[in-house]
Amino acid sequence: MTEPLLEVENLKKYFPIKKGLFRRTRGYVKAVDDVSFQLEEGETLGLVGESGCGKSTTGRTILQLLRPTSGRVLYRGQDLTGLNFQQLRPIRREMQMIFQDPYSSLNSRMTIRNILLEPMKIHGLYTKKEREERVEELLELVGLDRGVADRYPHEFSGGQRQRIGIARALTFQPRLIIADEPVSALDVSVQAQVLNLLQELQETFKLTYLFIAHDLSVVKHFSTRVGVMYLGRLVEIADKRRLYQSPRHPYTQALLSAVPVPDPEIKRERIVLSGDVPNPKNPPEGCAFHTRCPECMEICRVERPPMIEVEPGQFTACHLYS
Amino acid sequence: MGNTHDDPSKNVAYDTTDTVPVGHHHESLSFQVKKKGPWQTAWKKLKRDRAAMTGVVILSVMILLSILAPILPLPDPEETDLANRLKPPGTEGHILGTDELGRDMLSRLIWGGRLSITVGFVAVGIAMFIGTILGLIAGYFKRFFDTVIMRTIDVLMAFPYVLLAIAIIAALGPGLMNTMIAISVVGIPYYARIVRGSTLTFREMEFVMAERAIGANHFHIIFYHILPNCLPPLIVAASLDVGWMILAASGMSFLGLGAQPPDAEWGVMLSEGRKFIRVAPHVSVLPGMAIFLVVLSLNLIGDGLRDALDPKSKS
Repeated sequence: MTEPLLEVENLKKYFPIKKGLFRRTRGYVKAVDDVSFQLEEGETLGLVGESGCGKSTTGRTILQLLRPTSGRVLYRGQDLTGLNFQQLRPIRREMQMIFQDPYSSLNSRMTIRNILLEPMKIHGLYTKKEREERVEELLELVGLDRGVADRYPHEFSGGQRQRIGIARALTFQPRLIIADEPVSALDVSVQAQVLNLLQELQETFKLTYLFIAHDLSVVKHFSTRVGVMYLGRLVEIADKRRLYQSPRHPYTQALLSAVPVPDPEIKRERIVLSGDVPNPKNPPEGCAFHTRCPECMEICRVERPPMIEVEPGQFTACHLYS
Repeated sequence: MGNTHDDPSKNVAYDTTDTVPVGHHHESLSFQVKKKGPWQTAWKKLKRDRAAMTGVVILSVMILLSILAPILPLPDPEETDLANRLKPPGTEGHILGTDELGRDMLSRLIWGGRLSITVGFVAVGIAMFIGTILGLIAGYFKRFFDTVIMRTIDVLMAFPYVLLAIAIIAALGPGLMNTMIAISVVGIPYYARIVRGSTLTFREMEFVMAERAIGANHFHIIFYHILPNCLPPLIVAASLDVGWMILAASGMSFLGLGAQPPDAEWGVMLSEGRKFIRVAPHVSVLPGMAIFLVVLSLNLIGDGLRDALDPKSKS
C-alpha cells in the first residue's frame, strides 16, 4: 500500500476560556478532540456534522492556520505541527483551502488580477510575464473569461466569486485542497456547477479533497469516503456506499434518517434525537453521544469508545460493536 | 435620480455563468463596462454632491492663495505703518484695511492661512500616522498589545483635550511647532480607536485566512489587506479633523501658547484684534471668518466623503 497523502493522528484543538480581570484560564472548549484519519491521494473525504462540531476547526488545524493542542498532522510523511512559518511556506503551495463565504473570502479593494497575483508575489515565484499568463490560465480553468481580471469582486455573483476563490487555491497546482463548506453559501443551481467544476479539476490535476460540509446529499454526490463528526470527535468513517447504506453508529443512523427522500411513496422511520448537542465546554464523560443515544448502555457513560473496524473499511466509535 | 447609466450594477451582465446549464461553464462572458474601482466610484458620487463640491472649491481657493502668497503682489505682512492704523476695509491700497500697527490685513490673512492650514494638515498627518499604526497593532494582534495600547489611549482620552494640549505645551514651551505636536498627541486616540475597530472586523474575514493559508506574513496582511480596508472611515475622520485641528491651533495661539506676535497667524490675529473690536471690528472678524470658512469647507468635504465612501449609499 502506498503512503497516504495526509495522516491526521490524535488531533486535538482546545480553545482556552479566559475569564475575569486577570484572564485566567477557566477551562477549555474542546473543538477537536482526538480525531484521526487518513487521506489517500486522489480521494475525496467528506467530513460532515452539525454546526459547531469542529469540522472547520479540523480543516484549519490541518493547514496549521490554527496550531493544534496536540496530535500530529503528517503530510507525505512529514509532521507539520512542529514546523515554523518559514518551513511551512513551501508546503502551503501544495495544500490550499477553499472558503465558505465567497463574499468575505475576496478582498473587496483588490481587482481579480491582484487577488490572483497575490500568492505568486508572496512566494516570489515566476517573472512578471509568467505571472500575468498564469492569472489568465487560472481564470480559464475555472470557467471565467480572461477579460474579467481587471474587475472588482463586487461586480460578480456568489458563484463567480467562489470560482475566483478556487482559482486562487489552484495557483501552484496543489495536491490537497481543504474545501470548507464551499457550496453552502450558494444557490442550489449554482452549487451543482461549482461541484462539477471541483470534480473536473480533481480529474485534471489529480487533486485530493477534504470536503467539509453539513449537507449530506452534497457529500454523497461528491465524496469517496465520509467521516461523521459529533462534538469534536470522529464517530464513524467509512466508504461512502457503506456509510449511506449501513451506518453503524447511532448518531450516523439518526443523521441519515433525517435526509429527505424525493419520493412520497417511500415510508421511512425517522430517528428523532431528544435534547440538544451538549456544550463542548463541558462534554459528557465516556461517549460524547450517550446523552442523546437511543441505545445508551452503562459502559457508554464511563468509557470512551475506541475506533473499531466493524467491516473492512468501516470504522465506528461505539460500544455496541466492541 | 435619473442616473441609472452611472450605476455599475445596472450595466453588467453578471449572472451569465450561473444560469448556463451545468457543464457549460466554459462559455465566456462579455462585459461592456470599463473597470471601476471603489475609489473611482466614490469620486463619481462626490462630484455629484453640491455641498461637498462647494467645500472643495472654497478650500482649493484658500490653499492656492496660501501657496501663491510669496509671488502674489502683496505688501509685507509684517511691515508696520503707524500713520495708517486701523483703516477700515475698502481703503485705497488696503482692500481689507489695516490692523492696529498699520499692517495690511489681506496680506496677513493670506500669510496667516499658510501657517494655520499647514498646521492643521500636518497635525492631522502626524496624529493619523501614529494612531493608525497603534490601532492596527492593537486590533490585529489583540491580547497583550491591545491591552497596553488601548489602556494607554484611554488614559489620554480621560483628559479634556484642551487641558491636555495646554499641559503638553506647558511642558514643551510655547510656540507654533510645539502646539502642533501637542494637538497631534491629543488627536492620536481618535484615529487609533477608528482603525482598531475596523481592524477587528477585517481580521476575521476569510480573505485574511486565505492570505495566511498561502503563507503571507503579518506585516503583509496588515499593510496590504487590512489597512486599505480601513482607509474609507479614516479619510472621513481626517477630513473632519483638519478643521478641528486648525481651530485648536488657532485657539492655542489665541491663548498665547501657539504662534507668537508678530507672526501672521489667524489665532494670533484674532487675539490681537480683540482689543479693538469696538473701533475696528474687521481686525478680529476677518481672521475669524477665515477660520470659519476653512472649517466649514472641511466639514462639507468630510460629510460628502462619508456618503461617497459608504458602499450602501447608491446615488
